[in-house]
Amino acid sequence: MTATLNPSPVKADPALRVAEASVQIGQRRILDEVSFELTPGTVTGLIGANGAGKTTLLRAILGRQALSRGQIAKHGRIGYVPQKFLLDPDMPLRGRDLVGLGLDGRRFGLPLPSKAKAARVEEALRQVDAQSFADTRVGRLSGGEQQRILLAHALISQPRLLLLDEPLANLDLRSAKEVVTLLSRLAAEHELGVLISAHELNQLLPVMGQVVYLADGRAISGSTDEVIRADVLSLLYRHHVDVLHVHGRVVVVAGEGDQVLS
Amino acid sequence: MHGFFASPAVQLGAGIGAAVAIVAATLGVFTVIRSQAFAGESMGDIGTAGGAGAYLLSVGPVLGFAAATTAAAAIMELLGVQRARGRDLVTGVVLGAGFALSALLLYVATTDNTTSGTTSTVMFGSLFALRSSDLALTLSLAAIALGVTLALFRPLLLASTDTDLAAAQGLPLRLLGFAYLLALAIAVALAALTVGSILSTALLVGPAATALKLTDRPLRAVVYASVIGIGAVWLGLVLAYDSYDWPPAHHGWPASFFIVALVLCAYLAGGGWRRWADRRAA
Amino acid sequence: MFAPFMVNAWIVATLVAIVAGAVGFFVVLRGSAFVAHAIPNGSFAGAAGATLLGVNVLFGLGVCSLGGALGISALTKRGRSDVATALTLAFLLALGALFLSLGGGYAPAVYSLLFGEVLGISVSQLVPTVVLCLVSLAALALIYRPLLLNSALPESAPSSRVELAFLLVIALATTMTVPVVGTTLIFSLLIGPAATARAFVSRPGVAILVAICIALVIVWVAIGASYLSGWPVGFFVGSLSAVAYATGRAYSALASR
Repeated sequence: MTATLNPSPVKADPALRVAEASVQIGQRRILDEVSFELTPGTVTGLIGANGAGKTTLLRAILGRQALSRGQIAKHGRIGYVPQKFLLDPDMPLRGRDLVGLGLDGRRFGLPLPSKAKAARVEEALRQVDAQSFADTRVGRLSGGEQQRILLAHALISQPRLLLLDEPLANLDLRSAKEVVTLLSRLAAEHELGVLISAHELNQLLPVMGQVVYLADGRAISGSTDEVIRADVLSLLYRHHVDVLHVHGRVVVVAGEGDQVLS
Repeated sequence: MHGFFASPAVQLGAGIGAAVAIVAATLGVFTVIRSQAFAGESMGDIGTAGGAGAYLLSVGPVLGFAAATTAAAAIMELLGVQRARGRDLVTGVVLGAGFALSALLLYVATTDNTTSGTTSTVMFGSLFALRSSDLALTLSLAAIALGVTLALFRPLLLASTDTDLAAAQGLPLRLLGFAYLLALAIAVALAALTVGSILSTALLVGPAATALKLTDRPLRAVVYASVIGIGAVWLGLVLAYDSYDWPPAHHGWPASFFIVALVLCAYLAGGGWRRWADRRAA
Repeated sequence: MFAPFMVNAWIVATLVAIVAGAVGFFVVLRGSAFVAHAIPNGSFAGAAGATLLGVNVLFGLGVCSLGGALGISALTKRGRSDVATALTLAFLLALGALFLSLGGGYAPAVYSLLFGEVLGISVSQLVPTVVLCLVSLAALALIYRPLLLNSALPESAPSSRVELAFLLVIALATTMTVPVVGTTLIFSLLIGPAATARAFVSRPGVAILVAICIALVIVWVAIGASYLSGWPVGFFVGSLSAVAYATGRAYSALASR
């Protein structure tokens, strides 16, 4: 019997494991053997241009898009923040009500007044700093405010995994920075696996522990240093690209010449 | 069959029915593209009040229907039916108020003369009961609605497809929308004359929705829809005429029933054809 | 006005208003006014068919409103929902016209089916109405939260089962309401009070209560006025709903200034 001298550190189970996921619709292959894992407590950026397959991948993770091959293993609840959210400004539904529905919106029967529930709603609102506008009708809030309400709506069910579809697309630079900081804090505090889709990676660079880079349905994942490199991305794009570093920012551009790599 | 074509009532019904089918089909294509079937439906229902009013005042039904639907168009426009948000609500409230008025007018009309079938005639139509004095007014209204729509065809199409694109082109969206509503009001009034006020939507929306399943090109859709509409009206008339020999009552089945049923069949067949064609293309 | 033969009318109208106010809240929240119009109106065919065959009118109404709900739900999956709704409705109405014509089309009967006959409610009609009222309220309470969630976030919380369940609740409410206020005016009661309520309150639960209160006032005033004037109940229900809506809009406009 040999004693293990170096017990391997207890590695947290991945919150999400995507293995060779493919989606084919008609002749078109939208996702092509995409594989990656999401570690709890880290922020992962799902980066790709419009049409690269980001939304399809998110829908597949949510279980609303069937895979033609491969599998997706999820552990625990998933919180989801959609990109677009439109509600009639006259609708009688406050931010607070929508957050409450995140907790028990799938349960049958009338809601009974509950102090415990009210406290949890208040706590979720506090976490995303949305208390000041929680009593306004959701439809009358600004885009950034609605997003915070939706984030609280997702968080209150204590998910292990949080998916956000282009959360930065409609925000000005300052609010985007705030949201990114908030998400990174939430990931660390709650051991959350956070997956953020974006078409631009610089805003996420400071907090991103991992990147899943999508191009044309194919994906490469790893740390930013492993993935955001000219040779790696050139292979992914099947076209020569350069990665430029300018004032601490990263710019991916099409390289010289038009040789196609296979 | 000889009797069928020789009857002046049938000739009149077939003629007016064809004119109405063309106008309804043309406006219907825009109605389907704009997703305003509910507005068309509501106008038809509100037309009931006009039909009942016309009966009480002893004027032709065309005038009553057209007056009521035009008024409905104006009220919807005033209350902001052009904005997509909350549109159904506005339409619904106008519709409810229209029904209230219909209830009152029909009440007066039925208590006025207990043996009359005003309610049925107004709401479910009676192509055979058209009078030749209605012909001129009906045809000129049809010509106006058709003329306006064809003249505005391209701007209206753009405005119906994408409001932002149309606004960028400098098109007066509100004016276009109102012109469409007015033309729709006439088309609905005419359809109400043919199949009755509350069945008018079928003639408006059915052939157009079927045509849009068969082709993606708007002008071609108008032509197809017209053909389908005329086919449904004429075949409906033939069947209604024929049904005088049918059980159980031997007093004929209503033409409106046949027309609407044929329209629905065409729509289902169109959908089936589309799925088949899509599957073959894939 | 409160004579013994009127007691049933008051009871039934009160139940109808409660159900219409509660169901109407969701109709307005979901923007499904057209469906709420189509299912009751389409049920006309059921009533006419039942009269023709000599079976209970409630049975015909139930069959037809449930059939209409399922038909709309099925056709919507294959095309534009407003077209599907319009065609389902038109076909049901045409079927109703056929049944009427085959049955000899007794004019006052048609009229009361369409616009209601609140003054002639018998005790035998009372029991099924009470039962249907309780069933539809219970069903609504059961699906309250999933329905609210689905109405607010149709994209991220889709549920075709909840949607279908709601259509069936509308069908149930229709079945109980039609014999009283007629096919056409349920719609006013569904839309008017709920659309008015949302102008005044921003909490969903409270908005439902306010909608029910407005609906109650409308039907009570309508019955009283109808009794005194001899004019149809439907006229008053429709006009009062429109007035209530206009008041709500005016209040919103003033409040947001």
